[in-house]
Amino acid sequence: MTDHPRDPSLPSRLAAYRKQLDCRFPWVGEVFSDCIAKASARLGPAGVSAYVDAARVLCKLGRGEEPVLIFLEEWPDVGAALGDGTLEMVMQMVQFMQRTPNGNAIGGFLQTLAPVSRTLLSREQLGHYLNTLRDMMERTTGSIHGHHQTHPSPGLPELLRQAPTLLQSLTVDGLRNWVDYGVRNYLHHPERQKDFFSLQSADSRAVLQRERHGTLLADVERKLDLYLRGLWQDSEVLVPYSTAFATLRTPQPYYDALGMRLPDVLDDLPGVSALDHYRAILAHMVGHRRWSIPQTADNWSPFQRMAVEFFEDARIDTLLIRTYPGLRAILLALHPKPAEGACDPETTSCLRHRLAMLSRALLDPEHGYRNPVLHDFVGRFHRELAGGNADTPTMARLALDYVTTTRRQSDQFAKVHFADTEISYRDDNRGLWRFIESGDEEEAFDAEQRKSPDLETQGLPPRHYPEWDYQSQSYRPDWVSLYEGLHASAAAATIDQLLLKHAALAKHLKRLLDLLKPQDKVRIRYQEEGSELDLDVALRSWIDFKSGSTPDPRINMSHRTAGRDIAVTLLLDLSESLNEPVKTGGGDGQTVLQLSQEAVSLLAWSIEQLGDPLAIAGFNSNTRHEVRYLHIKGFSEPWGDAVKGRLAALQAGYSTRMGAAMRHAGHYLAARKADKKLMLVLTDGRPSDVDVQDDRLLIEDARQAVKELDRDGIFTYCISLDPHADAYVADIFGRQYTVIDHIARLPEKLPELFIALTR
Amino acid sequence: MTAPDSSILNQYLVGKEPFYQPQHDEVALFEAAYRRRLPVMVKGPTGCGKSRFVEFMAWRLGMPLVTVACNEDMTAADLVGRWLLDKDGTRWQDGPLTVAARYGAICYLDEIVEARQDTTVVIHPLTDHRRTLPLDKKGELIRAHPDFQLVISYNPGYQSLMKDLKQSTKQRFTGFEFDYPNAELEAGILVQETGVAPSIAAQLVAVAATARRLKGHGLDEGISTRLLVYAAMLMDDGVAPRAACRMALVQPITDDADIRATLEHAIDMAFA
Ligand SMILES: Nc1ncnc2c1ncn2[C@@H]1O[C@H](COP(=O)(O)OP(=O)(O)OP(=O)(O)O)[C@@H](O)[C@H]1O
Ligand SMILES: [Mg+2]
Repeated sequence: MTDHPRDPSLPSRLAAYRKQLDCRFPWVGEVFSDCIAKASARLGPAGVSAYVDAARVLCKLGRGEEPVLIFLEEWPDVGAALGDGTLEMVMQMVQFMQRTPNGNAIGGFLQTLAPVSRTLLSREQLGHYLNTLRDMMERTTGSIHGHHQTHPSPGLPELLRQAPTLLQSLTVDGLRNWVDYGVRNYLHHPERQKDFFSLQSADSRAVLQRERHGTLLADVERKLDLYLRGLWQDSEVLVPYSTAFATLRTPQPYYDALGMRLPDVLDDLPGVSALDHYRAILAHMVGHRRWSIPQTADNWSPFQRMAVEFFEDARIDTLLIRTYPGLRAILLALHPKPAEGACDPETTSCLRHRLAMLSRALLDPEHGYRNPVLHDFVGRFHRELAGGNADTPTMARLALDYVTTTRRQSDQFAKVHFADTEISYRDDNRGLWRFIESGDEEEAFDAEQRKSPDLETQGLPPRHYPEWDYQSQSYRPDWVSLYEGLHASAAAATIDQLLLKHAALAKHLKRLLDLLKPQDKVRIRYQEEGSELDLDVALRSWIDFKSGSTPDPRINMSHRTAGRDIAVTLLLDLSESLNEPVKTGGGDGQTVLQLSQEAVSLLAWSIEQLGDPLAIAGFNSNTRHEVRYLHIKGFSEPWGDAVKGRLAALQAGYSTRMGAAMRHAGHYLAARKADKKLMLVLTDGRPSDVDVQDDRLLIEDARQAVKELDRDGIFTYCISLDPHADAYVADIFGRQYTVIDHIARLPEKLPELFIALTR
Repeated sequence: MTAPDSSILNQYLVGKEPFYQPQHDEVALFEAAYRRRLPVMVKGPTGCGKSRFVEFMAWRLGMPLVTVACNEDMTAADLVGRWLLDKDGTRWQDGPLTVAARYGAICYLDEIVEARQDTTVVIHPLTDHRRTLPLDKKGELIRAHPDFQLVISYNPGYQSLMKDLKQSTKQRFTGFEFDYPNAELEAGILVQETGVAPSIAAQLVAVAATARRLKGHGLDEGISTRLLVYAAMLMDDGVAPRAACRMALVQPITDDADIRATLEHAIDMAFA
């Protein structure tokens, strides 16, 4: 940054620097003078001296010539970019590495420091970066066998190598989170740690995705949906494609029968927010859908097709702007403005460049280009559109004429001018073409919309749910795979027998339920006739009357009953522990499962009496790859033999990954239209699974799930049968739980509890 | 006893011609209904011109218009009348429906569904061939004046199932279904009502169209003609278009952040 004037006394000072360096590596000796010249030009005298000192230190580390060379070559850039004082931070890092088994990575560290510092831009940021590295090293070094730090960090060299790429799309904070995730999950797996830090593993990429800067499509999806509906009377499935790993050319948006494909993340650009960028992409696609007619491509050359696309895209944009004039500013901010002389037609194919300029000029009245042919075509374009009948074939004719008029021999050259010719809000126009020969007609523009997938089909694909990682306070994206299905069935009569056994209880419940039915009583005051005297109003009227003014005759009140509007989901933990016999008295050797069956039957019967929609489902899990969610009763299914049959077949096994099951039940409940939504979770133990060692993890995840449900207006309540539940149940459910100690009394407790909750 | 003094209706006459922009043939149809004194029901979303239409028709027919805004606390007595106590004893006071029926006016019950169902049944005998109104408390049976007509309005949009009109009530009325006027007419209304420039009126209507398409996707009601009139008035007084739109068109209808963002974007796109 600071450009120091060339020092005339350099040769004499060089000798002094050489002495100061005191390093005998042959290559170092050779490049030194060049390096000093560069350093003198970029760093102040004090800076150069410190630079030489630092090189001397590196020389004496005993790590060979490589780190010294790298440092000498790279530092002047870094020091100039980030300013004085950063050298000390870097050298402290080097010393730190030297003291650990990671000394061999010093070269790698120095190697990527220059590109890294270009993205970091400030001293503080560099400090954060160094701290992240240091923290990572401390945690991953040598702990494989729990001994002293004798093994180097397996992931460190990979991390250093990837750092420049990572920082292209992550902030330093994001980088730290990503690193932290990798360290925590692969601490004891050197090979997987390497895979993670070299961006090989799927979760590594997923977390990177999550931590990216910019605006995620997922976060603005509803806004975009409203945009399509509100401004364009359109709607479409929005499908993200990944941009993080695209190397050569950035993929373009497109649309097909499955939806509109958009980049998963966009950054704000000068003059355009990421959200407006997304809107522009959508608007352009909507425009094509409305106004473009697919053309048969077989007879046209690639050049001709490209020109047709540019003209047609500009026509679409013009029509869009006609509809919403405010769109012009957004489109122009996104549309490149190629400089008129930027492409050399002697050496390069310039057709793209010419067309991009033309495209700019078609939209921008202040384009300022001077080329007369361009002006001529801009004029013709606008005259065609003013007529109101210009369609895709009109544009095609104009485009073919343009290609002929401006043709140059060099258009055929292999070297194509690409700079400033890509227009990021335009889709790839795959829908504009029809290729008769290859039989692609079915990919036509107005291809029929895909029917929504048939939910009845057997073996639904797994649904993925995130899991909350309390350590990092973040979600592990798509961590859990949940499979849903219908629970197996057995003889419904078993359940009828159970109910019969509880006939007395049912009678008692019925009385309670009858009280509950006229729920939601509303008092209506100021009634001339009503069921009760409203004492307040009556007194006031009496006073009015006595004092000679007109009393209000509406001194009664009455009550109105509105209907109950509660939707309920009962979620049953069907894990292995349910098979245990009940220990406390009165259980007659029944298992917890059998008692649950009775209790659930009574509850279902009770709720049926009230007419509230009720769904029942069971869940268990066998690692995060297999959470099973079994439907026992659907909301609209009556309490009949089919449901009783499934309840009779209830079986228990495996573990309790509660969070995922609650999220899944929640997504059904959230879709219900009801004033109140209640999720009852019946469980006999703490959330746990065989692939999780950290006891807190699934508890914290379930707690997070409860929070999410609460946010969606769903009230969760836990009925726990675990005598040790106090240790954790409040952490998950707050105050919304009951522990039932006498499990034998569950059949009467459960319906009572429900009644109390919904009274 | 109350003197049969129809001068009481003078206050209900519509003085000046209200501006009303017909949407279809509703004016002629209303006149036809009035000729046979058929009860009329006017349905439509809020602020689409229902009240204005009825007011205009009353003016056109030269009839007094007695308007009652219905609400939940309203009882039959609020419509029919009641005995009042005073120092000298009791005195009967006609309610607005009774006044209209007795002396011959158009009675307009605005937002009838807001009233409780036991209230609405008092209109039943007035709305069939009997055209009578029994005042049970007073022991009087009023035969409706030959000029009397009953008009009710309701907005089928936001009422719950509980609040829907009973079939036996609905089936006593002829119906007019209103909606927001088409873009051209609506812009014309704005110009007439507020004096705003036609181009601005068209832009306002475009913003309203956005909101109306979002109904059911987080919006209970779209932007009404009434709100557009407000926005146009603000702009006519020199308030900047975006500020006026935000104040009159966005703030009143939603607190949903995504919808707000979309409407504000629509405003930016329309007013470039
Ligand atoms: N056809 C129209 N001609 C003239 N003005 C209209 C028309 N439609 C709507 N307006 C304007 O819209 C405003 C609102 O109309 P009005 O009060 O009649 O609505 P409404 O349908 O009765 O609404 P609500 O259901 O909320 O009572 C009027 O004050 C008027 O400015
Ligand atoms: Mg009204």
